[in-house]
Amino acid sequence: MSGHEEHKGGVRYGMVIDLDKCTGCMACAIACHQENNVSFRTDETDKTRNIAWMRFYLLENGKDYPEYSFAYLPRPCFHCDAPHHAPCTFVCPVNATQRDERTGIVNMIYPRCIGCRYCMVACPYHARSFNWWDPKWPSPMEEMLNPEVSTRMRGVIEKCTFCHHRLNRARDKARIAGEDPDKVEYTPACVEACPTGAIVFGNLLDPESEVAKLAKSSRAFTISAKLETYPKVYYLSSKPWVRKLADKGL
Amino acid sequence: MDKALIPEGVKRCPFPVFVLWLLFLFAVIAWGVWAGVSVLWKGLNLTGLNNYFGFGLYITVDLGVIALGAGAFFSGFLFYGISRFFPALKEIKKIINLAVVVGFVCYTGALLVLLLEIGQPLRGWFGYWHPNVHSMLTEVIFCITCYAIVLTIEYVPIILENRKLDAIRPVHIFGHSLHEIMALFALTGTFLSFFHQGSLGGVAGVLFARPFCYRTGFFIWPWTFFLFVISAIASGPAFTALICRTIEKFGRKQLVDRSVYELIAKIEGSILAIYIVLKIADTLYWAMVTAPEMGFKLTDFYREPYGMWLLFAEIVVCGVVPAAVLLSPKGRASNTLMFGAFFLDCAGIVINRFVMTVQALAVPVMPFDHWEVYVPTVYEWAPSIAMLAYGALIISLSYRYLPLFPRERELNPT
Repeated sequence: MSGHEEHKGGVRYGMVIDLDKCTGCMACAIACHQENNVSFRTDETDKTRNIAWMRFYLLENGKDYPEYSFAYLPRPCFHCDAPHHAPCTFVCPVNATQRDERTGIVNMIYPRCIGCRYCMVACPYHARSFNWWDPKWPSPMEEMLNPEVSTRMRGVIEKCTFCHHRLNRARDKARIAGEDPDKVEYTPACVEACPTGAIVFGNLLDPESEVAKLAKSSRAFTISAKLETYPKVYYLSSKPWVRKLADKGL
Repeated sequence: MDKALIPEGVKRCPFPVFVLWLLFLFAVIAWGVWAGVSVLWKGLNLTGLNNYFGFGLYITVDLGVIALGAGAFFSGFLFYGISRFFPALKEIKKIINLAVVVGFVCYTGALLVLLLEIGQPLRGWFGYWHPNVHSMLTEVIFCITCYAIVLTIEYVPIILENRKLDAIRPVHIFGHSLHEIMALFALTGTFLSFFHQGSLGGVAGVLFARPFCYRTGFFIWPWTFFLFVISAIASGPAFTALICRTIEKFGRKQLVDRSVYELIAKIEGSILAIYIVLKIADTLYWAMVTAPEMGFKLTDFYREPYGMWLLFAEIVVCGVVPAAVLLSPKGRASNTLMFGAFFLDCAGIVINRFVMTVQALAVPVMPFDHWEVYVPTVYEWAPSIAMLAYGALIISLSYRYLPLFPRERELNPT
């Protein structure tokens, strides 16, 4: 399940996305944008430059009707669990992105990022976006920004944080309630927004958790598993062609 | 005033012609500065970079000129380091001043372009303040800065040899003292340059989730670390020789003995041959073992415009062919063949840096992702070309006013 067993805590947050349930409504992506103050431009047609923490890919089986089949694949950051480092974290020259070994979440320190984009180059999943422009929101959206999430300036990288601020909120609540903050459960915005319940989130190290059980399902797979990045985002599909499309192979 | 600054006993072009040449260079530099300031002011959205191509022309140019600037450290190593054991290498002294100037312009130019490359230039110093010891880029930042300082120190005594400056006694003594300890700086530069040339190769080689770049290696260093060092050594002095030849052609005079070129040709031919053998071995192992283990076959990596022709051009046309020419006495005897081989050698190293920077990012890793093509904009071309003009400016000024070539007077008696 995990690339290494040297976790400092008993928590490894992960996600399972059921592609059989995903309708491609993109509610998760919209919720993510809103929750995390992801900026956008009036013209978002250039998908190589827009910012999307949760990006959608259309998978097709390559056959003609009536054998034609398709599936949508939502792609957040995979918070890779490769031993010692995620592909992106060990290349950052200024330690602006690190993996919290207590939770497995790969974070970003925006005010420290120098915008060299080495992490973006290192990530094979294109989970990282660069702020090519100054962030702007049309009026009155600026009034509706989430105060718990800092906005990002031009010239820095940003990416999905598994709604880390929600984890912090849950930990604060646990402390106030006298509970162990390291054992809290929380729900990222995308999971909350999914109308079909296709996204499940939780502690992969807890064998009783739904996410851990689903990650071990016969339908489960990860993207490009041969790269040994050990993503903590798993996908489920009953379609063999979808699972085959998830990894390259000779 | 101009004549008083020109070294004694040598001939230079008339001052108005030189001014016209400078004006042309300044115009190109101004164009690059305009583009650079625009990028700093408006952001990297002016470039052709995107979320697929995080690296582009800026980095390719940086890697290219840094490899070609390796003539400074390697010539210094040959002359100051091992010429006492191999007296034939003392010939390098006749061209080493130019090698230092070329190294200086390559490194300082690369640093200027790097400033544009990062999204938050004002935070450039964070690399020293929050260094990540695991990052190859940290090693690059530290070594390039240190080596640029070393090259500046190496350049200073050459500047102080200017006729007017040398006439000032304290300056003369200071310059002479610097010359005395130059071996120390040359060898420090060799050490620093060795590491950063390698770490530039490591920047690509450690990307374990990018099958085009990733290489296995020795200890913490991927094979690209060593290949970049050897390829820089195999091309740097050749680039210095090409520049020397260009100055000779423009000035219509001989500046160094032909034996210097032949010595460089022999050295470069040998190192290039070793490099190409290692590069072919590396390519075969990558194509047959490393990439297939990651689910890729060689043909997955090549698609137009980044087709197999790039691999052929890099290894055969710009590797095997120049190595064979430079190793053959007949090849070295012909100016056309020898300098042609030097040119191909340098072109091959630039192709290698381009491939490891740009093509590497065009290759889709996720099976359902698509192939992308990168097209640089004028905001990338202009600063890159201006950097070359900056190099031409420094070399032109140095050639006109400094005694770069110790044999020039004897070779061109007036």
